[in-house]
Amino acid sequence: MPTVSVKRDLLFQALGRTYTDEEFDELCFEFGLELDEITSEKEIISKEQGTVKAAGASDVVLYKIDVPANRYDLLCLEGLVRGLQVFKERKRALVAIGTHDLDTLSGPFTYTAKRPSDIKFKPLNKTKEYTACELMNIYKTDNHLKHYLHIIENKPLYPVIYDSNGVILSMPPIINGDHSRITVNTRNIFIECTGTDFTKAKIVLDIIVTMFSEYCENQFTVEAAEVVFPNGKSSTFPELAYRKEMVRADLINKKVGIRETPENLAKLLTRMYLKSEVIGDGNQIEIEIPPTRADIIHACDIVEDAAIAYGYNNIQMTLPKTYTIANQFPLNKLTELLRYDMAAAGFTEVLTFALCSQEDIADKLGLDISATKAVHISNPKTAEFQVARTTLLPGLLKTIAANRKMPLPLKLFEISDIVIKDSDTDVGAKNYRHLCAVYYNKNPGFEIIHGLLDRIMQLLDVPPGEDKGGYVIKASEGPAFFPGRCAEIFARGQSVGKLGVLHPDVITKFELTMPCSSLEINIGPFL
Amino acid sequence: MADGPVAELLLRRLEASDGGLDSAELAAELGMEHQAVVGAVKSLQALGEIIEAELRSTKRWELTAEGEEIAREGSHEARVFRSIPLEGLAQSELMRLPSGKVGFSKAMSNKWIRVDKSAADGPRVFRVVDSMEDEVQRRLQLAQGGQAEKLGEKERSELRKRKLLAEVGSWRDRPFKPYNFLAHGVLPDSGHLHPLLKVRSQFRQIFLEMGFTEMPTDNFIESSFWNFDALFQPQQHPARDQHDTFFLRDPAEALQLPMDYVQRVKRTHSQGGYGSQGYKYTWKLDEARKNLLRTHTTSASARALYRLAQKKPFTPVKYFSIDRVFRNETLDATHLAEFHQIEGVVADHGLTLGHLMGVLREFFTKLGITQLRFKPAYNPYTEPSMEVFSYHQGLKKWVEVGNSGVFRPEMLLPMGLPENVSVIAWGLSLERPTMIKYGINNIRDLVGHKVNLQMVYDSPLCRLDAEPRPPPTQEAA
Repeated sequence: MPTVSVKRDLLFQALGRTYTDEEFDELCFEFGLELDEITSEKEIISKEQGTVKAAGASDVVLYKIDVPANRYDLLCLEGLVRGLQVFKERKRALVAIGTHDLDTLSGPFTYTAKRPSDIKFKPLNKTKEYTACELMNIYKTDNHLKHYLHIIENKPLYPVIYDSNGVILSMPPIINGDHSRITVNTRNIFIECTGTDFTKAKIVLDIIVTMFSEYCENQFTVEAAEVVFPNGKSSTFPELAYRKEMVRADLINKKVGIRETPENLAKLLTRMYLKSEVIGDGNQIEIEIPPTRADIIHACDIVEDAAIAYGYNNIQMTLPKTYTIANQFPLNKLTELLRYDMAAAGFTEVLTFALCSQEDIADKLGLDISATKAVHISNPKTAEFQVARTTLLPGLLKTIAANRKMPLPLKLFEISDIVIKDSDTDVGAKNYRHLCAVYYNKNPGFEIIHGLLDRIMQLLDVPPGEDKGGYVIKASEGPAFFPGRCAEIFARGQSVGKLGVLHPDVITKFELTMPCSSLEINIGPFL
Repeated sequence: MADGPVAELLLRRLEASDGGLDSAELAAELGMEHQAVVGAVKSLQALGEIIEAELRSTKRWELTAEGEEIAREGSHEARVFRSIPLEGLAQSELMRLPSGKVGFSKAMSNKWIRVDKSAADGPRVFRVVDSMEDEVQRRLQLAQGGQAEKLGEKERSELRKRKLLAEVGSWRDRPFKPYNFLAHGVLPDSGHLHPLLKVRSQFRQIFLEMGFTEMPTDNFIESSFWNFDALFQPQQHPARDQHDTFFLRDPAEALQLPMDYVQRVKRTHSQGGYGSQGYKYTWKLDEARKNLLRTHTTSASARALYRLAQKKPFTPVKYFSIDRVFRNETLDATHLAEFHQIEGVVADHGLTLGHLMGVLREFFTKLGITQLRFKPAYNPYTEPSMEVFSYHQGLKKWVEVGNSGVFRPEMLLPMGLPENVSVIAWGLSLERPTMIKYGINNIRDLVGHKVNLQMVYDSPLCRLDAEPRPPPTQEAA
């Protein structure tokens, strides 16, 4: 969510009255904004650079307001004087704005791209000229600008705007030139807007221009500029297109759940800066949508504004008459039943991460990662997010390792999903619901884990014995298990998992010190 | 204890004795408490292979007050016998004698006396035998002398029934250490359920009680199409970049997508339609194919609504899901890369914002939350959208408890849902109410392998609508 800094007194001037902090907070709530902080320039500098640097800074009260991502029009009232980026959400910039003292420049202006070493100018707040390369280094330590450097840093050419005398206005999206900076003596402002999304750039320009034009000598007037594109086509900006939409009053009432007259609805919408009037058969509302409201793309957007103006908390709460019979997802129903009886069998449930390192599901279990058919995440920040787990065992063993001081034996279980690549599915991977249990003690307790398996089969009503859809365990081996102490479990004609005493190497790799036996099965076949 | 004086004495005596020692006798001989001897025995036993001890319970017999009287004066029946002269005694007179009533029937059954009912002045009692042995008195005197074991089991039992002899178990005069009722008992050996999953079970219950059907969510891997595009979230939206979403290296792309539906979605994004302006950008199929770890379970809701839309005619539904989602965000005390999302959806004709608020009120009432406020919000795929706030008594302020909205027509209509069908939905995280409920401040203490198992062992039942436990009172510093 972008945050805008606004001078409180100017804001109140614009709103036509003063508010206490609580009243203003309430007002923001009703309109979908959040008053994030009440501060001042002095406080801000004090926090960032210490009280010494802050001495002499402005005490004027600033409101920091959080604005929803789609309400570009609410974004600036005064905070953009330094003319840099608008969207601060997640350090991504789609659109950059520059504001310049027009009287220090002479058009026409050229927006082009040059090699970084060929760009040299004195940027805002600096006392001498630097090349673009030097600036990239300097700004690496600037708390505001360092987040934007990556946008152009590795490109062969950097964007730059010149005037007809070769004066650099700015190097978007990083910094403006000092030459054309706005001062208290500035009378005429040149606004330029660059970005990676053309539609968004046009929208933002419309909004900025509208906001600034309020302070013009001839209020709400702006001198348009012709922009000639590389292909020779030209357009005039800002576009400032208004459009008219028609919405039926009863549609608004029906969607919100209120019963307002068309005239009242038109009034509500007008309060939200959507000038409206009732026309035609008395049921139609014609709405004039200003260029600043690019977020309105469907009637439902108008419905929301009407509801906000009405006040969400004034709407009557009713229950839908929808009659339905509920059903559980069978796999989850089975999981719930098994969980309770696993606890009744004396095992404790844990909840471990689905993402882990490659080592956890391969090397530490004596396997090669390619044999696991695991799903791999691209560009993980840390090793903890390299793959999605293909077995629940590592999570359980890590839980034991983190709880070494607990009294023995440790009897843990988890019933949860693992992920395996599968080209038969639409996305190429599939979840399986596994049940995994471990017994950790001075003795490996194979008979205990085996007993647990017998109990689980009893609960699932699967009789012992290979025929008649029963279960049987057969000697097996696996790199994670102690030789001769591993068995594969067959039930209802298919292999459903393995149990056994873990190999000492596995114990060591998971930083454990006692013997451990484990059981892991897929419960899907038992649905 | 095993090397104490009592133990030494015991060992010496044992050595000298033949056939073992009786602890009670030994205690009496040594002039000490029986318990002291028992203690020495037990500690010697604990050393193993030094002594053998066998527990015997001895019963002691004591005369009751009445028993003592009889031992002195003779049994009631004997006294009755003795009080009958040669010429007999009127029964009425006999009955007036002190032992008369009690002794008469016994003397009769012993056949010591007889009654002549035909006597002139009322029934008259006569001796039958010349003399008798007062067995009862004799036995009681034996018992008095400490030789009760010489009597037969039956004899002793009879005397006990007549309340002349009482069994004195050795526990009766043993001092017992008082119980410390302030100490804890022994916790039963049990398994435990994980607190977050206990809360999950409760939420499942709440939805089922409200008639909501559980959606399938058993797919952590999702395509960008179902996770974003089908929800009308534009391809340049910041949430779709690497910083927030885990994209996959392998499998990198979704292999199958419902192509005619994809075409409708493409058109809606780039050109508009269904009453919408659209976003007016170039929509790319490659972008939609990119696989990721789902960032919300709303993708599962989209799949479910799409399936619903293929079924004609339309039937209203209520769906829910609670499952894991993944975000590539900055991690801190309350944020992990994986968490659980709770989602509820209602699809029906003519649903309004008022209906959404009504459903939310019922849902949150089941959580014990009755005071709700709604604040306008923004989601790419719902319009109107509302954040749901409830008043937290402890913090004395309104806190956000969920997010909700009405799905946009641009999302529903390309699926093929009828135009007058509205779909309302809401969601919240599972971790947040759990952390509040169980007083946990760091999410890593609740989820993942670093959890403290003791916390899992000790966590109470999850009762979502119960009054929160009052915080412990502060102790004076």
